[in-house]
Amino acid sequence: MARDRARLISLLLLLPYLGLLWVSSYNKAEPALWGFPFFYWYQLLWVPITVILLWIVYGKSRHDD
Amino acid sequence: MTTEPDYVAIGVFTALFALVTVMGFLAARWKQSSEPTNLDEWGLGGRRFGTWITWFLVGGDFYTAYTIIAVPALVYAVGAYGFFALPYTIIVYPFVFAVMPVLWRNAKAHGHITAPDVVYGHFGSRALELAVAITAVIATMPYIALQLVGMATVFAALGLNGEIPLIIAFLILAVYTYSSGIRAPALIAFVKDILIYVAVIAAVAVIPSKLGGYGAVFDAAAQAFKDKGSGSILLDPAQFMPYASLALGSAMAAFMYPHTLTGIFASKSANTIRKNAMLLPAYTLLLGLLALLGYMGHAAHLKLASNNDVVPALFKALFPSWFAGFAFAAIGIGALVPAAVMSIGAANVFTRNFWKAYVNPAVSPQGEARVAKIASLVVKVGALLAILYLPTTFALDLQLLGGMWILQTFPALMFSLFTSRVAARCLLIGWIAGMVSGTWLIWSDGLKPIHHYAWGSFSVSLYTGLVALIINLLAVAIVHAVGSLTSKANH
Repeated sequence: MARDRARLISLLLLLPYLGLLWVSSYNKAEPALWGFPFFYWYQLLWVPITVILLWIVYGKSRHDD
Repeated sequence: MTTEPDYVAIGVFTALFALVTVMGFLAARWKQSSEPTNLDEWGLGGRRFGTWITWFLVGGDFYTAYTIIAVPALVYAVGAYGFFALPYTIIVYPFVFAVMPVLWRNAKAHGHITAPDVVYGHFGSRALELAVAITAVIATMPYIALQLVGMATVFAALGLNGEIPLIIAFLILAVYTYSSGIRAPALIAFVKDILIYVAVIAAVAVIPSKLGGYGAVFDAAAQAFKDKGSGSILLDPAQFMPYASLALGSAMAAFMYPHTLTGIFASKSANTIRKNAMLLPAYTLLLGLLALLGYMGHAAHLKLASNNDVVPALFKALFPSWFAGFAFAAIGIGALVPAAVMSIGAANVFTRNFWKAYVNPAVSPQGEARVAKIASLVVKVGALLAILYLPTTFALDLQLLGGMWILQTFPALMFSLFTSRVAARCLLIGWIAGMVSGTWLIWSDGLKPIHHYAWGSFSVSLYTGLVALIINLLAVAIVHAVGSLTSKANH
């Protein structure tokens, strides 16, 4: 049971691939943030999002090795 | 760019360079074991590197000096398209997190030092081991040469012309790598990464304020691309698939190289690698901001002889000499760490998968270390000679091909870790299919990594490395299917 749940949660690791490889969804200038066109701050934002996703999966899986 | 020697900058540069040279030689005694030097000690530091050392080491050799020069140069030249390095260096980490701990456990359990070791250990096939080993060595050689290009760019910016400074820097590197092994770049990486963080954070904080803010930087770049008639700060729809496929293909290739894998194998535990997958993206954030230096070059109206000069020229134009010297030292020392780890990774492969496999199977662990030390010298001297006597484009083209080649070892290494159902000969035929088709496509496109495909009204451009990998996997599947059908028919 717990193993199945850990498996399911590890699917979160696929999100960065969806978010960054679907290029047409973010190739635009607006909304801009602090002078950065959307294209730039959106991709930069995926750095902390990916770290958080990794951290969630890390917490829910075996890591005593 | 002016080539007058800048003595303040040269002084700062030389002082920092001297510091890391001393550290490089002292590194031999750092965390040393009491046993005589064997390859596990020299080449992997005895597999005792914890989370922070691994973070500095892998960060230092994955985000190379050439990256620091070339990514902003590409963004300066073509705009948004050059930014693919950012999604690439994000999506690599879920892969590292999920797969590399499995590779580490396999290597630790069997005493493997290289990727071809792992492949041979699993399949027992000398032919497949040799295929992976040859690919690893030829993909790494031009990568080392490019680190020298990064260093030469910095020397030119300091006003140090001619080949002597480059030769001296590289010989020093060669000697302390010889005596200290992987511990030298691991220790130097601390200095290198701290210098790089300071230089880049200063650049992205100070330069835009001098140029009117980030909005003005993006506007200036957009205007410059408009005037030039090529490039853009947003992608053309025709670039979507090249952008995505380059990011994905590069991410899959990144941890197939001997230098990145050396950092993985040298880790203390599988969990060290998981923690690093969560901590290394800090460098990606830095790289993303660094890439924008390309646009700042447009905002500062730099006149450049070569795109590669954009980063050094910005530092010279907008910072005092002493800080420019500091930043150049960051890049110059930044070249030493990856060049050292790459030569060690290539030397480990040579020793384990050529020397031990074919020349002297009875070689002792101490003998392995002696062979690897000499191999690391030969590899570095070879890279130096290539840069001094061959056109730089030769190294650049080979590096491009190398990325596609190393990606063709992906199936062999992954199948070694996750399944026993496919025979080595299927993977070998897949490797040949991928290598031949990929090399032919890149060659026929005039050494461009993107190939255009059209079927009737449908057309798409894709990174050739990824296409060759698909051909590779299809060949594996077909040979496997034919093999299982004929063996069934025989029963």
